[in-house]
Amino acid sequence: MHAVLIMIAQRLALGALTLIVVSIVIFSATELLPGDLASAILGQSATPETLAALRAQLGLNDPAPVRYWAWLTGALQGDFGVSLATRRPIADMIEQRLGNTLFLALYAAALAVPLALVLGILAALWRNSIFDRVANAGALSAISFPEFFIAYILVLWLAQTGYFPSMVRLTPVTSFPDKLYMSFLPALTLTLVVTAHMMRMTRAAIINLMAQPYIEMARLKGASPLRIVLRHALPNALAPIINVIALNLAYLITGVVVVEVVFVYPGLGQLMVDSVAKRDIAVVQAIALIFASAYVLLNLTADVLSTLTNPRLMKRG
Amino acid sequence: MTDSPLLTIRDLYVEGRAGEDWLPIIKGIDLTLHRGEVLGLIGESGAGKSTLGLAAMGFARDGCRISRGEIRFDGIDLRTTSERAKRKLRGRRIAYVAQSAAASFNPAHKLIDQYAEAPLLHGVMAREQARHDAIELYDKMRLPNPQEIGFRYPHQVSGGQLQRAMTAMAMACRPDLIIFDEPTTALDVTTQIEVLAAIRDIVRQFGTAAIYITHDLAVVAQMADRIKILLRGEQVEEADTRTMLAAPREDYTKSLWAVRSFARAEQPAATDDPIISVRGVTAAYGKTTVLQDVSFDIHAGRTVAVVGESGSGKSTAARVITGLLPPVAGEILLDGTALPPDYRARTRDQLRQCQMIYQMADTALNPKLTLREIIGRPAEMYLGLHGRALRDRVRALLEMIELEPDSYIDRLPSELSGGQKQRIGIARALAADPRLIICDEVTSALDQIVQEGILRLLDKLQSELGLAYMFITHDLATVRAIADDVVVMKQGRIVEQGTKAQVFAPPHAPYTDLLLSSVPEMDPDWLSNLLKARSV
Amino acid sequence: MSLPIFLILFLIGSFALAFVFRAGLSRILPHRHAIVARDMPLTAAFGIMVIIAYVFVALMAPVLAPFAEREVVGAQFQPWGGAHPLGTDRLGRDMLSRLIYGARNTVGIAFATTVLAFVVGAILGIWAALRGGWLDQVLSRFVDALMAIPSLIFSLLLLTIFGTSVLTLILVIAAVDATRVYRISRSVAQGIVVMDYIEAARLRGEGTWYLIRREILPNALAPLVAEFGLRFCFVFLTISSLSFLGLGIKPPMADWGSMVRDNATLITFGDITPLLPAGAIALLTVAVNFVVDWQLHRASGLKE
Repeated sequence: MHAVLIMIAQRLALGALTLIVVSIVIFSATELLPGDLASAILGQSATPETLAALRAQLGLNDPAPVRYWAWLTGALQGDFGVSLATRRPIADMIEQRLGNTLFLALYAAALAVPLALVLGILAALWRNSIFDRVANAGALSAISFPEFFIAYILVLWLAQTGYFPSMVRLTPVTSFPDKLYMSFLPALTLTLVVTAHMMRMTRAAIINLMAQPYIEMARLKGASPLRIVLRHALPNALAPIINVIALNLAYLITGVVVVEVVFVYPGLGQLMVDSVAKRDIAVVQAIALIFASAYVLLNLTADVLSTLTNPRLMKRG
Repeated sequence: MTDSPLLTIRDLYVEGRAGEDWLPIIKGIDLTLHRGEVLGLIGESGAGKSTLGLAAMGFARDGCRISRGEIRFDGIDLRTTSERAKRKLRGRRIAYVAQSAAASFNPAHKLIDQYAEAPLLHGVMAREQARHDAIELYDKMRLPNPQEIGFRYPHQVSGGQLQRAMTAMAMACRPDLIIFDEPTTALDVTTQIEVLAAIRDIVRQFGTAAIYITHDLAVVAQMADRIKILLRGEQVEEADTRTMLAAPREDYTKSLWAVRSFARAEQPAATDDPIISVRGVTAAYGKTTVLQDVSFDIHAGRTVAVVGESGSGKSTAARVITGLLPPVAGEILLDGTALPPDYRARTRDQLRQCQMIYQMADTALNPKLTLREIIGRPAEMYLGLHGRALRDRVRALLEMIELEPDSYIDRLPSELSGGQKQRIGIARALAADPRLIICDEVTSALDQIVQEGILRLLDKLQSELGLAYMFITHDLATVRAIADDVVVMKQGRIVEQGTKAQVFAPPHAPYTDLLLSSVPEMDPDWLSNLLKARSV
Repeated sequence: MSLPIFLILFLIGSFALAFVFRAGLSRILPHRHAIVARDMPLTAAFGIMVIIAYVFVALMAPVLAPFAEREVVGAQFQPWGGAHPLGTDRLGRDMLSRLIYGARNTVGIAFATTVLAFVVGAILGIWAALRGGWLDQVLSRFVDALMAIPSLIFSLLLLTIFGTSVLTLILVIAAVDATRVYRISRSVAQGIVVMDYIEAARLRGEGTWYLIRREILPNALAPLVAEFGLRFCFVFLTISSLSFLGLGIKPPMADWGSMVRDNATLITFGDITPLLPAGAIALLTVAVNFVVDWQLHRASGLKE
């Protein structure tokens, strides 16, 4: 047990370090701006006096490490500063949208994970069957489609006929069932894309496992196919499956951006796209930090969980 | 009752898938096995012996199929009976012992639970009873700590012990038949002895019939009552062990026996100055010391065999000489002058003088280059040959290694057999016009007849060109055949060294003695005599 | 509902075409390649056929297109038919012509970006694997840090800073994707570097450039070509997504992603015209993926 604790502590430390590095990279983005933040905000109309005043107001005269520290500690307390475009506090703009985006991602994950695991395992068990070939070609196509293509086909098919709304209008008072109903199309779009990836990876992981000599040994001991899967394959398949899930949930973070725009879904992704267009670097940084942290934390969780399920590590002398 | 055979196979054909086609692996084999009898199945790689062993369980690997013939086990037709019925036989009445025990145990479960799986599954014993039984069998298999070892996971147990635990597991339901598929091939000789003895005892004790698959004649001579020889999916001949050893009928069988006949003529002790001197070398990977104060000389025209089991440091010694692993202490002298410890600091001429031939010819030749480029490059680089002169040199080298230049010069390595690839490795070393060639287990991946050819070729080249060889091997038969001087290593230290006559003639160092006596001999009584001698 | 029927007809049609194409290929090609062509799955034949068609359209765009790329030639949102087989767009430009020019612009830019990402990523990756030591450590840790940020998010961040011109788009996407290429090429090269033939070449005294050129690259080529295909798909989809979001290639240049965005309002009226550029993107990525899948399958099959 002792060795495992050390190993997990190491993983956590590495994760924390990664988060710090990521935040530094994101923060340094402003340092790369031609000129500085103040001239970016004021643009052509700047006079030396207004520039100096804004610099003082934004604290731009401090050295970079000081500003980084102020930005990071602020972000950790939920204070991301103010938007350059609207001058509103970023935290206010983000709060509601973060919840909406999380809801959409979880919704898609709840649909995609069980679906992908079942399809992937079946495809692996019935390798080279018609089912496997069709599922494989279908998944390959779904991976190849741009998200907006899938989204618009669904709109054309399910929204034009009036089954589901093609635009999502969420308010704080929207009831949970209504939310599920209104967000169905964006969630389904994400589900289709992520399921395809996840199914292919699950299939590959299981096939790799079934080729191990100990699986042949189990067959030669007279174990039934069900027993082989449950007792011999599954305990060793947990780690690869956890990694597949984490990798694809992380993929949802990227996928959510385009899908939110198509369905006018009031989430972080849409806000980010708008802010990039306005070159509102402060908002973009804040959202990038949130997405990147979620991504790092997901991978970290997967890492720790697969360490915990690895018998070679867990059951050391 | 007793004279009806346990297993009969008639006119069996097994095919393997190659793309869209099916190619034959087993071509019409007959086999009869009586209760309590041990049949040795011998053949080189690709002879189909594992496939035949699995077919005896009515089993074909993925991508293979049993296409014709009859397999009858104790009156049950394994080709027509249901998968369900076959599952009831497997593990209970027919069991299997695989070559790689480390890969064949499930890493997620304790040894004893894997032992208990078959008895529980087939309803032979209850869990507690199976555990008691396991401990008893572990004891019989002479596993250390039989009370406790079953409660470990596979990665916590050594290879030789796992192999014995797997034999115990196969015995769990007291089957009528066990298939042993090269159970000792991956083990060192001293470990092999223990496993062989344990397997033979337990099979005899329970009167279990067995099919023992191996490529090693001496091993099978100890284990089997009868021997069947396979070649490319067909039977060559079959006879009881003593008859087969004393009077083989077929030419192929005789050629298998003849392998052991090659021996290099005895040479007088060296009097000239050595080419390479290894002086007090200590080397380490990180903090693990793998070589301790090692010294030996290599003379022109002589072969130094460095022999030891895995982990003895024999390959590390080669890495120190070539400069891949700079030593912690000590030095390498070339003609009495110290070589720079790191190969990158050595001159081109220093690099040229010492060449290397590798164990796995497959990974030692760049698969994307033609033989012309592979052999030509050292000649171009070291000797500055170009154009016509280079081409003539490559052709001459191909002739030296007995490959016909016109039909081979533009081939890729993938178009060669294993033995031919190893010859190309030799030609590449020769192309540099070296004085010393380091041969790292160059024959151990090859079939015996091919090994013989390589050894003869090396011997011929040595007498023609006056080369020095450093021959790294774990195989004492090879040492006997080709060595002038012998260095015996164990755990990074030299245990004994001297001329072949000195080392092979008593009195030996205790470890040399153990090593020498552990090499199986063709005599079917060898194992019994050895065990008797050791227990005294 | 005509969509499923259309889909089924499309599938049947494309497989019939692929079948004919494959039969034709195995007849025209010299014997050695003809065997490969004969044994390839229909999906792969379909993929190759589509890729050839796209390349042809991209090269011949000015000849094939009935109208100029940016010219306003009629009323807005004209329906299909007449002089404009696929109607006109939001500004009255010919849809078909813009689709044809899109093959040149969108695919061309994605291809250039992928090549750039590959040259940088693959050379650094192989070099790091070969040299090892501190160089490998520094490069790899740096790439790890950059890869800890999801690629689309990182691209958006960089585009905010550098603005959204075509050149910055190419450079930003190439830089982000080079990290992924670096990691793949490094691990491919690491598999090769441990081979005995590399050790033999090192002991012979060969230099770094010879090792990369003669010993490593020829053996890394098959996996790297497959990775190039996958990477191209990824870059192509990223650029299209960015254009769709209004952050990539911008009008008046004809580009499939931004054409979807421009005409998206038609969808709400049940008009499928905006799906055509989206479908053009999808078709090419499917085609490339089918070919790559076949190649990967072949490579793994040959090893057995």
